[in-house]
Amino acid sequence: MNPVNYLYLSALLFTIGGVGVLIRRNAIVVFMCVELMLNACNLAFVTFSRMHGNLDGQIFAFFTMMVAAAEVVIGLAIIVSVFRARRSASVDDASLLKL
Amino acid sequence: MENLIGLLVLVPLLGAAVLLCGGRRLDRIGPWLGTLLAAASFVIGVVLFAGLLGRSADDRTLRVTVFQWVPVGGFRADIGFQLDQLSMTFVLLITGVGSLIHLYSIGYMAHDARPRRFFGYLNLFLAAMLLLVTANNYLLLYAGWEGVGLASYLLIGFWQHKPSAATAAKKAFLVNRVGDMGLSIAIMLLFTTFGTFAFQPVLAGADRTGEGRLTAIALLLLLAACGKSAQVPLQSWLGDAMEGPTPVSALIHAATMVTAGVYLITRSGPLFEGAPDAQLAVVTVGAVTLLFGAIVGCAKDDIKKALAGSTMSQIGYMVLAAGLGPIGYVFGIMHLVTHGFFKAGLFLGAGSVMHGMNDEVDMRRYGGLRKYMPVTFITFGLGYLAIIGFPGLSGFFSKDKIIEAAFAKGGTEGWILGGAALLGAAITAYYMTRVMLLTFFGEERWRKPPSPQEPSAEPAAHTGELPHPHESPKVMTIPMVVLALGSVLAGGLFSVNDAFVKWLEPVTGHSEGHSPVSAAAVTGATLAVLVLGVALAWAQYGRAPVPVVPPRGSVLTRLARRDLGQDDFNHVVLVRGGGQLTRGLVEIDHKLVDGLVHGTAVSVGGLSGLLRRLQNGYARSYAVSMFGGAAVLIAATLLMRAV
Repeated sequence: MNPVNYLYLSALLFTIGGVGVLIRRNAIVVFMCVELMLNACNLAFVTFSRMHGNLDGQIFAFFTMMVAAAEVVIGLAIIVSVFRARRSASVDDASLLKL
Repeated sequence: MENLIGLLVLVPLLGAAVLLCGGRRLDRIGPWLGTLLAAASFVIGVVLFAGLLGRSADDRTLRVTVFQWVPVGGFRADIGFQLDQLSMTFVLLITGVGSLIHLYSIGYMAHDARPRRFFGYLNLFLAAMLLLVTANNYLLLYAGWEGVGLASYLLIGFWQHKPSAATAAKKAFLVNRVGDMGLSIAIMLLFTTFGTFAFQPVLAGADRTGEGRLTAIALLLLLAACGKSAQVPLQSWLGDAMEGPTPVSALIHAATMVTAGVYLITRSGPLFEGAPDAQLAVVTVGAVTLLFGAIVGCAKDDIKKALAGSTMSQIGYMVLAAGLGPIGYVFGIMHLVTHGFFKAGLFLGAGSVMHGMNDEVDMRRYGGLRKYMPVTFITFGLGYLAIIGFPGLSGFFSKDKIIEAAFAKGGTEGWILGGAALLGAAITAYYMTRVMLLTFFGEERWRKPPSPQEPSAEPAAHTGELPHPHESPKVMTIPMVVLALGSVLAGGLFSVNDAFVKWLEPVTGHSEGHSPVSAAAVTGATLAVLVLGVALAWAQYGRAPVPVVPPRGSVLTRLARRDLGQDDFNHVVLVRGGGQLTRGLVEIDHKLVDGLVHGTAVSVGGLSGLLRRLQNGYARSYAVSMFGGAAVLIAATLLMRAV
């Protein structure tokens, strides 16, 4: 199959994730959308790796997964503590940081 | 012998330091110490003079560099002295007359509370003036120039408890600053033009320099000379400077300091000769001032102010002569020296009269004093005959030569200048005769008690009791006698075999002009106007009784009493004009400069108020800006790549 199709899929997933980050209020969903964007990137990396015939993209995908794992740990911890304090997981409720 | 020149300046400077820093211990011996040091510098001057006389006429210049003052890159200013015939003449005049006036001051200031300080200032003045005339470069001359200005300020304001004296000192200082500014700019121009300050290379290089440059420098030097020598338009300070003690008026504001301008012009002769326009300005200033001062002198009832007007007028003669170029320099300096003698003598005489009259200065309250003060009368009278140019006395020789030189300038200019000088001579005879008659002749008006409703009476001068005129002590009369002898003999001695001309010739150069009028005719005309002036004054003040209260007088008299409106002019044009200008500048500062600053602040504040709205605290809107920014960056990168 033509590898370019994977790139289209990657772009589609990234867009879905991006729109999700921008329009969803629930912090968990926003979080999942971020993961979706990261994985879209991973897909693109791997595809490029295949297209160019070297392993750089695949190695980069591993790095991304590791960063994503770390991010999930910290991000979920923040979301849980915010939820404990406010009884809400909506990102718009936490809007005190303004002038 | 060269080292003596430095000593010449150092001795009075040492005196000033000791007297001003010495404290009360020196109160008793201070005056004598100051006088001794002044006399010491006179002795040094005489030794140097003898040394110069011992050399051949072309070799009479001593030069010595004491140390490098400011060596910075290509800029070099040395403390160096140059003593030639011109400087020597000044040195002898300054130290000679200076010593006599120191001696006189011992008597005059005997009852003053702070004589030590007075003599300290006088010594400071001598040091600065000697530095001025012996410096070998313009920068050092400037140092002396400022030094005499400082000493003049301190001495005019010596009785600073009198508001009038304090104001007069301030006025003299400020007006002098205007001239000093001219001198400092001229020195900067000299440095950029010639790359040095020293007289020798500057004056030697003058004829290779463009006329425009020279004119600018010469006009600025003229401005400086106007300030220091009280020439129109910077003349207004001299009349008020008479607030100082009389010896100060005699030494600084008659004999020496005010002639510094003439020295500057004569010293810078080659610069002026290369700039005919500037020379024309010099002779114009001289001619205008000699008439201006003479007219003012006619109307003043204050004896010192009348003499101050006369000083202004006589210096006008010198400046006129200096502006004529080589035909005039020698006579300008000669008149300067003879004037130093007779004017100092006249001032000392005036001081002696005031001393015996309870410090009264109004001549209308004098009269008939010749019986009470015979020595003062005779010495003052000799000075009087000298200044009006009585044949055989000093003034006759020097002034006559200047008038002759003015005619010799040639053309219409020569006739105008010569005419002005002749007219000046007539007015001089008139006002000096007036001073003489009012003071020493006529009825004894001081016997009348001052009427209480008299508005012009100065409250400070009247203690209520009638004065008891008496002759001054010997310490005061001896200097007056010596100066009177000088006034009588100096001119004649200088003219024997043209001794003075030959003495100065190597420095200033000398050329005989071709006068359209013969010398005998000039002398005749001078004598005729002299008789005319004296006769007129006698008709007005000798024959008729003099009212104690000054009559209203003609328009000219009233104008002259107000110094021909010089203060009014300064007030309207400079004070009020300057006020308007500064108010305008303040307005501009408030509206324009502050407006710009405030406007910037306000617009930045407004803009940030708008930008602040972006910070709404919603994480999603921040995310939008991040996405948007990233999108813009990517788009820009792609676009640049494509282009």
